[in-house]
Amino acid sequence: MSLKFGMLAEYATPADLMHAAEKIRDAGFRRWDVFSPYPIHGMNQAMGLKNSKVGWFGFTGGVIGYTTGMIMIWWMNAHDYPILVGGKPMFSPHYAFPPSYELTILFTAIGSILGMMFLNRLPKLYNPLFKSERFKLVTHDRYFLVVETTDPKYSEAETRALLESTGTQHIEIVED
Amino acid sequence: MASTANKVVLQDPPRGLERIPLVDNNRNIGWISDAVCRLTEDKVPLWWWISFSISFIFMSILGLMLGYQITTGVGVWGNHHPEMWGWDIINFVWWIGIGHAGTLISAILFLLRQKWRTGVNRAAEAMTIFAVMCAGIFPAVHVGRVWYDWWLFPIPNTYNLWPQFKSPLMWDVFAVSTYFTVSALFWYVGLVPDLAVIRDRAKTKIRKIAYGLLSLGWSGSNRHWSNYEKCYLILAGVSTPLVLSVHSIVSLDFAVSQLPGWHTTIFPPYFVAGAIFSGFGMVLTLLLPLRKLLKLEELITMRHIDLMCKVTLATGSIVGYAYCMEFFIAWYGGNPYERFTFMNRAFGPFGWSYFLMMLCNVITPQFFWFKWCRQNVVFVFIMSIFVNIGMWFERFVIVVTSLHRDFLPSSWGYYMPTWVDIMTYLGTFGLFFTLFLLFLRFAPVIAIGEVKAVTPYADPHHPLGGAKGGHH
Repeated sequence: MSLKFGMLAEYATPADLMHAAEKIRDAGFRRWDVFSPYPIHGMNQAMGLKNSKVGWFGFTGGVIGYTTGMIMIWWMNAHDYPILVGGKPMFSPHYAFPPSYELTILFTAIGSILGMMFLNRLPKLYNPLFKSERFKLVTHDRYFLVVETTDPKYSEAETRALLESTGTQHIEIVED
Repeated sequence: MASTANKVVLQDPPRGLERIPLVDNNRNIGWISDAVCRLTEDKVPLWWWISFSISFIFMSILGLMLGYQITTGVGVWGNHHPEMWGWDIINFVWWIGIGHAGTLISAILFLLRQKWRTGVNRAAEAMTIFAVMCAGIFPAVHVGRVWYDWWLFPIPNTYNLWPQFKSPLMWDVFAVSTYFTVSALFWYVGLVPDLAVIRDRAKTKIRKIAYGLLSLGWSGSNRHWSNYEKCYLILAGVSTPLVLSVHSIVSLDFAVSQLPGWHTTIFPPYFVAGAIFSGFGMVLTLLLPLRKLLKLEELITMRHIDLMCKVTLATGSIVGYAYCMEFFIAWYGGNPYERFTFMNRAFGPFGWSYFLMMLCNVITPQFFWFKWCRQNVVFVFIMSIFVNIGMWFERFVIVVTSLHRDFLPSSWGYYMPTWVDIMTYLGTFGLFFTLFLLFLRFAPVIAIGEVKAVTPYADPHHPLGGAKGGHH
């Protein structure tokens, strides 16, 4: 007997999905998620999600980028092999700024993307939801809600009843 | 279900203030996937093969020209004393300027909450990346000995020498390489959910595996969307100062020098405005035939074209202002060398290029004050070609007219490109269109997820999104 991953409920409109998400949130579930072809405005509040932490990764990247640029240029042009050019100072933050500025942007971008991929655990090579034929429409025009069996509040009968009360079109159990 | 739904009465906006929808004919979100994925799934149309073959031939010519230039020397180009910079730098600045419209659409319009960007941003970003690739070729090969290009990067070399960061050319290396990397990453992050769309529609095993790997296992989870949207916002937030800095730094390659005609403080903002202006010219040149050939008129609507013409008008007017101000300051500044350079620029041996530039860049965009001009696709297309030509000549004027008569009249000269210059430039078009056509064939040309999100079907508070009236 294979393990069960969770209960999948399908909805026809973003409004239905949003109302369902509010109900599941208020019922106190923790291991659940909703799926949509595009980000739905207001869904984070409906799910009770906190502000994303990606910003911290981007900020850290930016700080590392700027310091790397300034220290690298000082070390290369004023410390390791100083060359006097036109009587200009060996190091000045002015001429070091443009490359450091670019490195700030580069590292912020890389930091945010790596942070996003880490927080989302991407790339993900296996996802039990992709076994469901109906779930393929999630990138087309359908909306889904999944309650995982590992949620402490999950019970096959009660969760099904709760999901049925949210106006779902179809419920199925997804195997792990 | 419909019978139990409450009747929703929506107040219509006052007449004349109705918003024109971003997707014509009220198409639903499933239709958007079908329409955009069609070209990656259906049989390849004949026009694609024809244009791909032509582009491929020109790309091969580029390879031959670069091979000839690298094995023989920079002397095969028209660059000679006093014109040490010629078509190479003109083409570099022209191509990289074109890229700027893509970033403006994807980043700046995103921060400004301009929803119409969704229809055109994917193709414009692709244009950016391919244009920067074409641009990068020129500085890489114009050094003559390309096998020393790696000295530009902070890598320890055999003489223990480091790059000299006091030079604006080093700033340029960092600006352009960062610009390329961040644009490519931004583009790919935007593509991930749309590659998942193709993955979920895929019929063959190869497509399933290829698009499955490229889409990183994207599932449309809202917990993922939440982090994804934050990441996208940060990328837009950093790309905005990035795009403004890249062409500013390109302009500093000129402005930091002592040469009359280049040594001006107006260059950074003037270059940035010109870059966006030329980029919108190229976006229009590409998208107007594309929407027809790909049957995407309902997604890239007349409203999109209208708005892009307005951006062209605004940036073109800034460019026109900069030309006049530059001339005024040359007179008002009282520097005789500066004054000579500008008089020579307009009335000297290269005066024809100056007036061609004025005609294409200052007069052309002014037509877009009129609604008829913005609504006529053929007219807009012709105007966009003029913008592309005009902006190429702007860089020609800056590079060539400032150099050809320097301080010593004994070294004055006239600049002529060689056939290698011309074929190399045409070859970069081959590279650009080859890459662009491959992009059309293998990736979604319109940001599917983002267009879906701006339709009324996606709004949970709109009746088409399932709202039952009243507060939810």
